[in-house]
Amino acid sequence: MNILVCIKRVPATGGKITLTPDAQEIDARMLGFTISPHEECAVEEAVRLVEKHGGAATVLTLGPNGATEQLRDAMSIGVERAIHLETDGREFDPIATTNAIVNAIRGDGTNYDVLLFGNEAADTGDFQVGVRVAYAFGYPCVTGIKELAVNGNKVTAKREVPGGWEIFEVLMPAVITVKEGINLPRYPSLPGRLKAKKKPIATSQPAWQDGGLEKIKLMTPPEEAHQVEILGKGAEAAPKVVDLLERLGLL
Amino acid sequence: MNNFPSHAHVVVIGAGIVGNSMVYHLAKLGWRDIVLLDKGPLPNPGGSTGHASNFIYLVDHSKEMTKFTLDSVKQYKELGVFTTSGGIEVSRTPERVEELKRRITSGKSWGIEGMHLISPAEVKQLVPFINEKIILSGFYTEGIGTVDSLRGGTLMREAAQTMGALQVFPNTEITGMQVEPTPGSGKRIRAVETTKGAIQAEIVIITCGLWSPRLARMAGAYIPLTPAVHQMISVGPVPQLMDTVGEIKYPIIRDMDTNMYERQHGSDMEVGSYAHRPILWEPDDVPSIEKAALSPTEAPFTKEDFDPQLEQALELIPDILGNEQVGIRYAINGLLSLTPDGFPVLGETPEVKGLWSVAAIWIKEAPGIARAVAEWMTDGNPEIDPSGSDIARFYPHQKTKTHVKARSAEGFNKTYGIVHPREQWNSNRNVRLSPYYEREKVLGAVFYEAMGWERPTWYESNAKLLDEFGDRVGKRDAEWDARWWSPIINAEHLAMRERVGMVDLSAFAIFDVQGAGALDFIQKMAVNQMDTPIGRVTYTNFLNAHGGIKADLTIMRLGENYFRVVTGAFDGARDKKWLIDHLPAGPEHGEGPVTLTDVTSAWSTLGVWGPKAREVLQSITEADFSDKAFPFATCQWVDFGTVNVLASRISYVGELGWELYVPFEQGARLWDMVREAGQKFGIAPVGIGVYAVTGRLEKSYRLYGAELEQEYNLVEAGMARAKVKEQDFIGKAAYMKQRANPPAALLCSLTVDDNTSASGIKRFMQGREPILTLDGGPIEDARGRRSYVTSAGAGPTLGKYILMSYLPPAYAKVGTKLKVEYFGEQYPVTVAAVGATPLLDPENKRIKG
Repeated sequence: MNILVCIKRVPATGGKITLTPDAQEIDARMLGFTISPHEECAVEEAVRLVEKHGGAATVLTLGPNGATEQLRDAMSIGVERAIHLETDGREFDPIATTNAIVNAIRGDGTNYDVLLFGNEAADTGDFQVGVRVAYAFGYPCVTGIKELAVNGNKVTAKREVPGGWEIFEVLMPAVITVKEGINLPRYPSLPGRLKAKKKPIATSQPAWQDGGLEKIKLMTPPEEAHQVEILGKGAEAAPKVVDLLERLGLL
Repeated sequence: MNNFPSHAHVVVIGAGIVGNSMVYHLAKLGWRDIVLLDKGPLPNPGGSTGHASNFIYLVDHSKEMTKFTLDSVKQYKELGVFTTSGGIEVSRTPERVEELKRRITSGKSWGIEGMHLISPAEVKQLVPFINEKIILSGFYTEGIGTVDSLRGGTLMREAAQTMGALQVFPNTEITGMQVEPTPGSGKRIRAVETTKGAIQAEIVIITCGLWSPRLARMAGAYIPLTPAVHQMISVGPVPQLMDTVGEIKYPIIRDMDTNMYERQHGSDMEVGSYAHRPILWEPDDVPSIEKAALSPTEAPFTKEDFDPQLEQALELIPDILGNEQVGIRYAINGLLSLTPDGFPVLGETPEVKGLWSVAAIWIKEAPGIARAVAEWMTDGNPEIDPSGSDIARFYPHQKTKTHVKARSAEGFNKTYGIVHPREQWNSNRNVRLSPYYEREKVLGAVFYEAMGWERPTWYESNAKLLDEFGDRVGKRDAEWDARWWSPIINAEHLAMRERVGMVDLSAFAIFDVQGAGALDFIQKMAVNQMDTPIGRVTYTNFLNAHGGIKADLTIMRLGENYFRVVTGAFDGARDKKWLIDHLPAGPEHGEGPVTLTDVTSAWSTLGVWGPKAREVLQSITEADFSDKAFPFATCQWVDFGTVNVLASRISYVGELGWELYVPFEQGARLWDMVREAGQKFGIAPVGIGVYAVTGRLEKSYRLYGAELEQEYNLVEAGMARAKVKEQDFIGKAAYMKQRANPPAALLCSLTVDDNTSASGIKRFMQGREPILTLDGGPIEDARGRRSYVTSAGAGPTLGKYILMSYLPPAYAKVGTKLKVEYFGEQYPVTVAAVGATPLLDPENKRIKG
């Protein structure tokens, strides 16, 4: 089976987010870049499906030149080849992104059985591209998936909902958008990294299009104020602690 | 915070391994009222200590660094945070095989035990997962290990608190520094401003690692270092390491030829590299704790820089790194500090009194350095001489960002490099040029750098002398011995000894000391009687309070209250600070009774020496250069045509001759006059290869930093004067005591009896090799100091190869047969002279002309 997994290069998180002076980008100098976390799980899932059922996985990204780093990361854990839709750094909105991906898939000549996406990108959080790509091809689409299995020509996908699971069975080819928690992505090994350097990346430059979404500027939300109240020290603090626990309904 | 102090005796900024070690040692030495601040939380405030790989190799070619390391290991062991694992440096190339032998040799000089040169099969026995097929040899040191530096730091900090000496405030950022003018034109630290308020302090110590330059600038001082990336990854879980109890079971590997290391850490293997391109940062670009993804000093890993190293690591440890189940779990561009010469930056800043730097320090040496600096602060006499790391060593151009970055970048890939003792820097050259420079270039001068000065080491135009002197010149067949060397040096030597040579000495650092208190001041500083007739030149030393040798220089008395101090380029900046520190009313241009003016850039110096020196100079001046009119150890103002020159009749090469001090802009004219006049006497331009090595060694003259240092005294150096002057001087009491007691060692000149190696090639020691007994055992004096070669070089006139070394009295006798080790082989040597007695011309007839 052939699996396509679509990923996005996004600033890593972990530190306080700082914006570039023009408020158009996140200043990632101190953060570095990574694969959007849901998509990291999608890559791992693609590799596992191939390990189990045979075939090959392809990774695709739309992004600047630097996004080859994320393609190599995906290939270092077992994806065989990559498609890089190289941008000049300008952001493609969900419609433009979809168009570029759809054109690339059509031009690629491979019949993909499963198209894996992250549920949403870690930076823009649009929740759209997977659904739009499915619509463009007329494929079934299930989103927010945390468990996946392939049986014959069918995919069984499970989505976690409060109190239980929704289980879908769809015919391939299908689009699945996955969520963190579906698996624990592996770390790349040294041989994996070295192999990835030699794996092919097919690069093309889709023209930027105005999909209708315009970024005005980025803003960081005000930090939540944390109020710390010291209840006391040693034994004298005990009554206040008890009082607090009672108010919280814990006692 | 209401308990935040408004005053402290000492404020230490930075609670990494260095700051914690500092407060501990200060407290131990009785210092109280210390405050330790850090902008980060404890125990890991986010500096380089937090991501250090924490392993400690013992051997360094530098004695100073090795001693700091050995002392640190001892301290870590006492704290119970050291784990001995052993460590192996492996060679992949024949050149490295030789270098590992040289490293063992250095280790022997500095007193390290448990070192073994082992075969690839023996490496495999110790490290079963290594691919021994690609290595040629291993240098195994039993005492190598790892340390828990965060725990060690915490223990030291808490010990200082327990002693009642220390208050600690984490999460407190420095926002500014306050300085106040001293009586002269200098500054002294007054207070640090922090996010929790200002603290007045007499002493502020910057132990902030790579942030140090920024802190120093707040006070108007310089700490010349740059943050730089050291890439490291950690892979795991490694099946072969899973059953390890504790942190480390297998010896640490240093893959020297690829500039990498592999070190077990529990069930992980850390792979670090110094092979990638130098990646330098600005201190201001290092993010705050909030903005950093991991910590401020764990920057995002740049994979493409590390990729070439992956293959090399895989090649060496295929069984572990080639396992597809072993993942790269952690990868950082770890930030550490680099300096332009690779040494730490220690001591009080020359710009601001009371502001100290203890920076650019690795885990392996931190507690040892902290002890030395604490001793230095307490009584000026650290047990381990930190002169090579003294912040005062830097001249202004060496503190510029351009220089710091250029040299740090150049030095980075030499971290595990095979660096020849004479190896030259490529970057930022031609900084300080003498007035003779253009003329020297025409003569084919091969320039070596001395603290920015370009000094001819020999002149290719003298190649014609090789034929003249034939076999006496000597040749070197071993590439290493001949590297950064030329037989022309020996030919220049012979030309000078037999005729006359002219030497560019413009790199001298020169200070004029003047004023009503000048004589008293100079008397206080110098060992010799300085109340001499005007026009006397005195070769003398400065001592520290404990009688360690602090400086080695000449002083001319130019007037009743006017002295000119002349010292070497490598010591000038440090000597200047020592002088300024002791001026009666503060710093340079002080308002007190003495002023010190740095006239280094005003005067260039041309040395003219050799049996024909008098005739050459007499032919271009009307002044009387006869022995009667111009005796040895005197100086006079004389005219050479229109050039008024201060001529000083002394010599560092043991020949009749003069140092001519000439105004910088008239130097070229003087050069031309001397050279033209010298033609008929066969004058040769002579390089520093003669001046600092061959000429000096034949006369057993000492060099500061080689023979002379704070760890030895004048009696041991054979330089105790016949009489002790009545006047007081720094170190006098200690010096009197040293004279009254038998010395633990005596400086000797030795000659190599047979320098033929096992393979039949003549070898030439380069200095710092161990002197051994006839049965090959180390020699240690009563103070625990090993005997090693302080200087080595040819003696072309004597026809001998000369070594200098301190030897315990039992060996310090003319005729004693000993051995020297060089690249793993031992060669017979004989003690040829003890003390100041020169090998050549012991009666000094040549100098007296």
